[in-house]
Amino acid sequence: MNFVFSNKAKLATYVLIAIGALTLILGIFADTSDHYGRLWSNIMINGFYFFGIALGALFFYALSFATETAWTVMLRRVMEGVFSFIPVGAVVLAVVFIGATFHWNHIYHWMDDATISKYVAESSIGSDHPQYFSTAEKAEKAGETAVLNADYDPIIGNKTAYLNTPFFWIRTLVYFATFILFARWFRKRSLMEDENGSLDLHFKGYKRGALFLVLFAVFSSTLSWDWVMSIDTHWFSTLFGWYAFSGMWVSAMNVLAVLSLYLISKGYLKDINSSHIHDLGKWVFALSFLWTYLWFSQFMLIWYSNIPEEVTYFITRIEEYKVPFFGMMLINFAVPMLFLMSRDAKRNPKFLITVGTIIFIGHFMDVYMMITPGVLFEHWHFGWMEIGLFLGFTGLFVNRVLTALTKASLVPKQSPYLGESQHHSI
Amino acid sequence: MAKAPQMTHVVHAMFDDDHKLLDAARNIVAKGVKVKDVYSPFPIHGLDPVIGVKRTRMAIVSFMFGMTGLSLALLGMWYFMVYDWPMNIGGKPSFSLLENLPAFVPVSFEFTVLCAAHGMAITYLLRNGTLPGMPAVNPDPRTTDDKFVMEITNVENPGMDMAELSDLLKEEGAIEINQKSLSAK
Repeated sequence: MNFVFSNKAKLATYVLIAIGALTLILGIFADTSDHYGRLWSNIMINGFYFFGIALGALFFYALSFATETAWTVMLRRVMEGVFSFIPVGAVVLAVVFIGATFHWNHIYHWMDDATISKYVAESSIGSDHPQYFSTAEKAEKAGETAVLNADYDPIIGNKTAYLNTPFFWIRTLVYFATFILFARWFRKRSLMEDENGSLDLHFKGYKRGALFLVLFAVFSSTLSWDWVMSIDTHWFSTLFGWYAFSGMWVSAMNVLAVLSLYLISKGYLKDINSSHIHDLGKWVFALSFLWTYLWFSQFMLIWYSNIPEEVTYFITRIEEYKVPFFGMMLINFAVPMLFLMSRDAKRNPKFLITVGTIIFIGHFMDVYMMITPGVLFEHWHFGWMEIGLFLGFTGLFVNRVLTALTKASLVPKQSPYLGESQHHSI
Repeated sequence: MAKAPQMTHVVHAMFDDDHKLLDAARNIVAKGVKVKDVYSPFPIHGLDPVIGVKRTRMAIVSFMFGMTGLSLALLGMWYFMVYDWPMNIGGKPSFSLLENLPAFVPVSFEFTVLCAAHGMAITYLLRNGTLPGMPAVNPDPRTTDDKFVMEITNVENPGMDMAELSDLLKEEGAIEINQKSLSAK
C-alpha cells in the first residue's frame, strides 16, 4: 500500500516552509551581527541537524543490512524516506560552505587569510583588502615589501595543512558523493527487490552495508571535525566525532520512531506490532544514554584537567550560554531516562511521541550549542529568527520525507526477512 | 481441630518441543485448565501470558537497587571528600558536592550499575531458589537438558478428573505423563 500525502498535511508543511522563508527574508533586514553571522549560523545549524538525521537513518539502514537484522525490514521504506533528504541537506550545507569560501559569512575563521598568513604587504596595510602572504619568498616574488602580519594566529596558522579551503572542499564533496551514491544504490536495490526477491540482491545489500559502515566510521568523524569542530578553530577534542555521531544517530532513531507512529496512526504499516515499537523506543532510550555518556566524557575530562587550550570551548559555553548549554544536556538525558525507562512506556505511542518531540527540540539545541558559540561568541540571541528557521526547515524536511514515502509501497514486498519481521515478537 | 488429610494430585506432562508445548498450553487453557508452571531449559517466548504468569517485578527491584547505589555513592563521596577530610584535587577545592559533581559522576554511575546488577542477580537467584547449593526443585532432571514439563495440579483445578486430563495432554502431544499424589502439609 502506498502512502498518500494528504492535502492537509501538505498544507501544514507549506505553512512551515513559508514561515521559514519569511524569517529568512526578515532576518536579512533584522540581523545586525557581523556578516549576517546569526542568520548564516542558523542555516548551518538546521542544515547540519537535518542532514545528520538523514545520515543517521542511512547509517542505521546499512547497519541493519550488515547485521542481517530482521525486524527492521518492516521499517525499511520509512528509513529510505528519511535518508532521501540527504541531497537536500547537502545543498543547504553546500550553500553555507560556498558563503564561507567567498567570505559572505565568517563561520570558519581558518578560511580568513588575515588569520592564517604570516606576512602582509606593507603598502596594503589599512586598505580594505590587504595582501597576505604565507611566506616572505612569495611576497618577494610579487614584488611587495612584506612585514609580519599582526593579525596572524599561529594556532590556526599551524593547522592549515589540514584546514585549508581546497582540501576542505575535496573532503566535503567526497562525503556528499559517498552518501548520495550509497543512498541511491540502496534505494534502487530495495525497489528492485520488490520485483524479483532474489537472495542475490539481499547479499549484495549485506556487503554494501558493511562497506558503508567502514566508510561511515571514518567520514562521520572527519565530517564533524571539518564542518563543526573547525568552527572553534583553536580547540580540538578527540571525542568530538563520536559525540556528533551519537547526536545524529539518536535524532535519526527518534524521527524514525515518531514517523512510524504517525504512519500507523494514519492506518499504514499494519504489520508493525508493539514489539517493533518497543524496539524503536529502546533505541531512542539507549542512544540517549550513549549521547549523554559521550557529551559528559568530553566535558568532564576537559573540565577536570583544566588545560587552557582545551577548556576555552567550555568557558565560552558556560559563561555565555549557561542555561541552554546545561539545559539541553539535562533535557536530552533526563526526559528519555525517566519517561522511557519502563517497558510499557516504550510500547506506548503517546509516551514516545511526547518524549520524541521534546528531544527533537533538545538535539536541535545540541547542534545550536555546537555551532553558535564559535560564530557569535557572547553576541547571541535566541528568538524568532532561530524558531522561525527551525520551523521552516522542519517543514521542508517533513515535506521531502513524506513525498519520498508516496513513491513506493510502504512495506517491502519481497525480502528474505519479511516474514520474520512480520512475526517479530520480544 | 486438624483437617482431614487432603491429597494434592500433580500431573507432569513432558514434551520434546517448545512449540508443541506452547500450542498444547494454548489449547488446554482454552478448555479451562489452569497450568501451574512449566519447566524448561530455556525461556519460551510468548508462554507467560498463555499460562497466566504475572509480569516480573524485577525492573522495579533493579530500579530500587540502582537508587540505593546512587545514594550510597553520593553519600560516601560527600563524607570522604567534602565533610570528613576536605580534599583539593586538581585545583578544585570548592568543598561542595554540587560544584564538584562532574568529578563524582563516574563513580556514582559505576556504583549504581554495580548495585543494580548484583542486587538484581542475587534477588533473582533467591526468588527462584537457585542460589548455589540450594536443592533443585525441577520435577525431572531432563528439563535441564532437552525436555519440557508442564505441571498441572488439582489445587488450581478443583474437581478436575486426572485421568481425563492425562488423555487430553496425550492428545496434545505429550510424550510422557507422570502423576504424583502428595499429602498436603
